[in-house]
Amino acid sequence: MLEFFAGIAPNFVKKLPEFFASIGQTLYMMAFSGLVSFFIGLALGVILIVCRPGGIRPNKWLFTFLDRLINIFRSVPFIILLTALIPLTRLIAGTAIGTNGAIVPLIFGTVPFFSRQVETALAQVDGGLIEAAQAMGMSPAAIIWRVLLKESIPGIVRGTMITFVSLVGLTAMAGAVGGGGLGDFAIRYGHQRNQVDITWATVVVLLLLVSAIQALGRWIVKRTTH
Amino acid sequence: MLTLEHISKTFKDTKQSVEAVKDVSLSVAEGEIFGIIGVSGAGKSTLVRCINLLERPESGRVMLGDVELSALPEKALRAQRRKIGMIFQHFNLMASRTVMDNVLLPLKDLPTSKVDAIAKAKALLALVGLSDKEQAYPSQLSGGQKQRVAIARALANDPVLLLCDEATSALDPQTTLSILALLKELNQKLKLSIVIITHEMAVVKEICQRVAIMEDGRVLEMGDVFDIFSQPREAVTREFIDTTSPLKKIHRLIAQDSPVVRLQPGQQILKLKFGRKSASQALISEVSRQFNVDMNIIFGDIEIIQDAPLGGLVVIMGGDKEHMLSAIAWLSGQDVNVEVIKSA
Repeated sequence: MLEFFAGIAPNFVKKLPEFFASIGQTLYMMAFSGLVSFFIGLALGVILIVCRPGGIRPNKWLFTFLDRLINIFRSVPFIILLTALIPLTRLIAGTAIGTNGAIVPLIFGTVPFFSRQVETALAQVDGGLIEAAQAMGMSPAAIIWRVLLKESIPGIVRGTMITFVSLVGLTAMAGAVGGGGLGDFAIRYGHQRNQVDITWATVVVLLLLVSAIQALGRWIVKRTTH
Repeated sequence: MLTLEHISKTFKDTKQSVEAVKDVSLSVAEGEIFGIIGVSGAGKSTLVRCINLLERPESGRVMLGDVELSALPEKALRAQRRKIGMIFQHFNLMASRTVMDNVLLPLKDLPTSKVDAIAKAKALLALVGLSDKEQAYPSQLSGGQKQRVAIARALANDPVLLLCDEATSALDPQTTLSILALLKELNQKLKLSIVIITHEMAVVKEICQRVAIMEDGRVLEMGDVFDIFSQPREAVTREFIDTTSPLKKIHRLIAQDSPVVRLQPGQQILKLKFGRKSASQALISEVSRQFNVDMNIIFGDIEIIQDAPLGGLVVIMGGDKEHMLSAIAWLSGQDVNVEVIKSA
């Protein structure tokens, strides 16, 4: 088996330990920044929907502030965010380089995108349901929890999957701050040393990763849609 | 039990303001079924939302019993809202929850134990005839079944008042009747007061005791359904009544020169509208015997509203001219409104 791979992908086989390490780094960056971004993004998405004009607790000032802030962060290219955030990263994570140094910018890159995904999912909830809940005497907190979030689980799951897939792309850029990971691995060997077999191997792994994320998402959506 | 005093509600946005409800006062008695009818845009949906303050009127008072709802702070208002159930045109069931969980939803914040809550939900589902659908999801139900679930859900907090916002407008006529029958049953069994918003006169006819006719944010007339039907004062009211009465069809038949309305010389087409006391008498046979005229009924529309017959007949009367005149005079004396539509 190994001989077969050694035949078609000689460079790749030599770099196997480093390859597995970079898979680990990618998964670590995705899991850590993904989890944190999920909760922050969910909270921001809920605040946007609750505070928007006509929402259950309209707050023009807060809505406009968050709306603009998200737009600003979304319009900054990630590679610039990565370097621009270095002082802040050092403050939060203690370091601005390495895998841990990549986490903070990854969160800043992901949260705005994911909060928009959540906002879109929550906006799909029929206003009539909110009205019915209010007529029942439900408190705003109960409406958020039992109606808004509960009814939009499939939509939120879809948004989460799209976000994770785009997170795969963001982690590839983490190499710029020495974050490692598959993208960095492919650039350093596959591109810079022209070892094409390494690029291909990386693409295959990323493809599997994306497919796995999507399959999981579809499964949850199917389970939660009635 | 429910009193609205001088309710006004204006919707404002940057460009324009719309006065949806203008100075409406009305009251609903305990155990009464009260209808509010109007074309879309008349303000009736806004008015009903002013009752449980989903919309805050900028002036006026809403009283439920001796509690002034419109003066309550948010939290106290939420507690009061539990006394008012509400059902909607599009049912507004939570698609992600089973029928059972939908009915349990309003019981969640109460100190009731889970076991008691489930027992109660089961009883309510039995009451609306859906015991076998507990574990179904709303998407698996028909429109009528969804509305039944919504009714069970609205009753979960033992309300004293049920608001129905176009609750039958998305249903076919057959299902509409079954939902109305259910509402009537609940009204009698639970002594539940009901406010029904509708644009269909048939709904008002079927179950309401009193009705308010709304146009352009105002209540034009209000009163006992029978009185309103038999003596409408406003043009809008007459239009609503005509939508359910086939009597106006006579004009179309005449315009089309249908064979059934072609008259022999000396014959007349009459439209007879019965008042409260007239329809139970043997009017037609009485008239033909007493005045020696022939009465040929073309069609009729007599309905029972609040246990009294209401409606009329379109007839062709033939005979001696003098006799016919005295027959018409006699009928008018019997609380019958006689209109000569065509004579030959």
